[in-house]
Amino acid sequence: MRPVLETKNINKYFWEPVEFHVLKDISIQLQKGEFVSIMGKSGCGKSTLLYILSTMDSDYQGDLFIDGQNMSNLSRKDLAGIRNEKIGFIFQFHYLLAEFSVLKNVMLPALKLGKESERIIKQKALEKLDILGIADQANKKAFRISGGQKQRVAIARALINDPLIIMGDEPTGNLDSKNSENVFNILRDLGNQQDLSMLIVTHDLDFAQKTDRIIQMGDGVILES
Amino acid sequence: MHPIRLYFEVSKTHLLSKVRQTIVAMLGVTFGIGMYIIMMSFMIGLNELLDGLVLNRTPHIQLFTKTDPSEVQPVSRYFNSSDNIHLIHSIKPKSRLERIPNALPILSELKANEKVKGATPQTTCKVFYLAGTNNLNGVINGIDVNEEVRLFNFKDYIVEGEVNSLLRKKNSVLLGAGIAKKLGLSVGDKLQVLSTNGVNYSLSVEGIFQSGLAEVDDVQSYVNLKMAQQILGVGNNYISRIHIKLHDMEEAQAMAQMIENLYDIRALDIKTANAQFDTGSDVRTLISYAVSITILIVAGFGIYNILNMFIYEKMNDIAILRATGFTGRDVMIIFIIQALVIGILGGILGLILGYGASVIIDNIPYVTEALPTVKTYPIKYDLSFYITGFAFALVFTFLAGYLPAVRAKKIDPVTIIRGQ
Repeated sequence: MRPVLETKNINKYFWEPVEFHVLKDISIQLQKGEFVSIMGKSGCGKSTLLYILSTMDSDYQGDLFIDGQNMSNLSRKDLAGIRNEKIGFIFQFHYLLAEFSVLKNVMLPALKLGKESERIIKQKALEKLDILGIADQANKKAFRISGGQKQRVAIARALINDPLIIMGDEPTGNLDSKNSENVFNILRDLGNQQDLSMLIVTHDLDFAQKTDRIIQMGDGVILES
Repeated sequence: MHPIRLYFEVSKTHLLSKVRQTIVAMLGVTFGIGMYIIMMSFMIGLNELLDGLVLNRTPHIQLFTKTDPSEVQPVSRYFNSSDNIHLIHSIKPKSRLERIPNALPILSELKANEKVKGATPQTTCKVFYLAGTNNLNGVINGIDVNEEVRLFNFKDYIVEGEVNSLLRKKNSVLLGAGIAKKLGLSVGDKLQVLSTNGVNYSLSVEGIFQSGLAEVDDVQSYVNLKMAQQILGVGNNYISRIHIKLHDMEEAQAMAQMIENLYDIRALDIKTANAQFDTGSDVRTLISYAVSITILIVAGFGIYNILNMFIYEKMNDIAILRATGFTGRDVMIIFIIQALVIGILGGILGLILGYGASVIIDNIPYVTEALPTVKTYPIKYDLSFYITGFAFALVFTFLAGYLPAVRAKKIDPVTIIRGQ
């Protein structure tokens, strides 16, 4: 079976302030429906790798395949399209548009995709919020809800275009253990129900141990996967 | 949802969620444009007033008889100057008439010329104004009233009485304000004048004029052309000056040259006659432009700064939008829309502010002896100031939105996220 995401010999350097080889020949695969966590010490390059995998960073050498398509040669515009349609990204600090309503935050990626009417998108967004148990907050401004709620809004936003892969950069890093477990369960259920692939960077060993597979990173290389 | 609608919706949320910031940015534009319009209207208004002070009443070309000595003396014609040295001392001009020879044919020929807006004859006679036992020096100008009014705004300088009285009554006179005061005369009184021939005339004062130049107002008065000729005791072809107004002032010099070549007459163009005025006018124009350009640039940088900050505060949002699949172009358009909305609204308010302040200045009283026609501060209403100001606001707000947005477009979203 074709992997949903695959990298071949990805290398990345930072040039500032001094030359630094962050990622060395990273080759990994992610299968459909797989729930994978990436672990490693701070500064080992796991977030950097995740940004490359999510196409938000195009400054690297090597090949990245998403859904069989090579990302390395695509323009920024095409990459934005891939992010929009195939990848749902959950940031550590939720990254919501503070001045927009919760509902609008969830709707925007779908409005950008423009495949469905605004009415259907709104309905879908409400469904996603309902799955995450925050449908009652839909019309509040994003900066008015609590941290745990914000993280769930961010998950709803990541889901809105029914992506192939959900990527998370320490999505539970800022949450207490209860909320953290909540988020894990939500992701787990979603993965099971919708056959989503998950790729989550985390420090949280409890969280990681519950996933299908752990990729261990250290000093820019894959130690174990 | 159409992308354009999406852009507008995002822009709307951004603009409305921080209304205070939006308003501050808008007012930045408003003040810049408003100030520019006010300054331009006022400066150009003042300039035109000052220019008009001289230009409206000054003929573009004045014709009068030559009085300078002949350039070529008879002795030079007779003896070849390469073999001889001529020493002539104390050359005097030859005797000439004070009137323009062939004045009437010249006048009608000039009037037929298509470059000429109008030409008017004047007959000047030196007189004494009789005040009790005193004789005051004076000059009476015979004029063609209708033409003077049409070409040189003569009407504007009549502060009392009426200009048409010269046409109704042959012996009516318009008296200079200074001399009227000296003689203690006002409209309706009789003025006794003594001509150089020793004849006494009684004229009826029908109006007072004030040019603002004391040396004119203290000696000069105006009568009908025929009356002046009668005082001099000459026929109706006796004309001492012809004043010409052209359609285009710039042609005065060339035209004067041509007239001198055609007729045996002296033609003085306005540039030569008013050289220092011309310099002053040029300098004033230069200053006006320098000031207006400075205002525009300062306003432009103000607008640019405020908007730039407005956009940079939204960098976070740019990163989020880019991360969730908006392209660099989408984000750029969204921010250009915001910048332009601020530019257009601020610009329109600026136009209103500029116009409103101009109207207020235009109604502030400003009275000066020198300018009997001016009652308030001068303002020039010129659509081009408003168009320039508005276009400038749009260009600068566009740039202020475009430049940061284009930078945000060219980098990976992660660069913004890392930079936070």
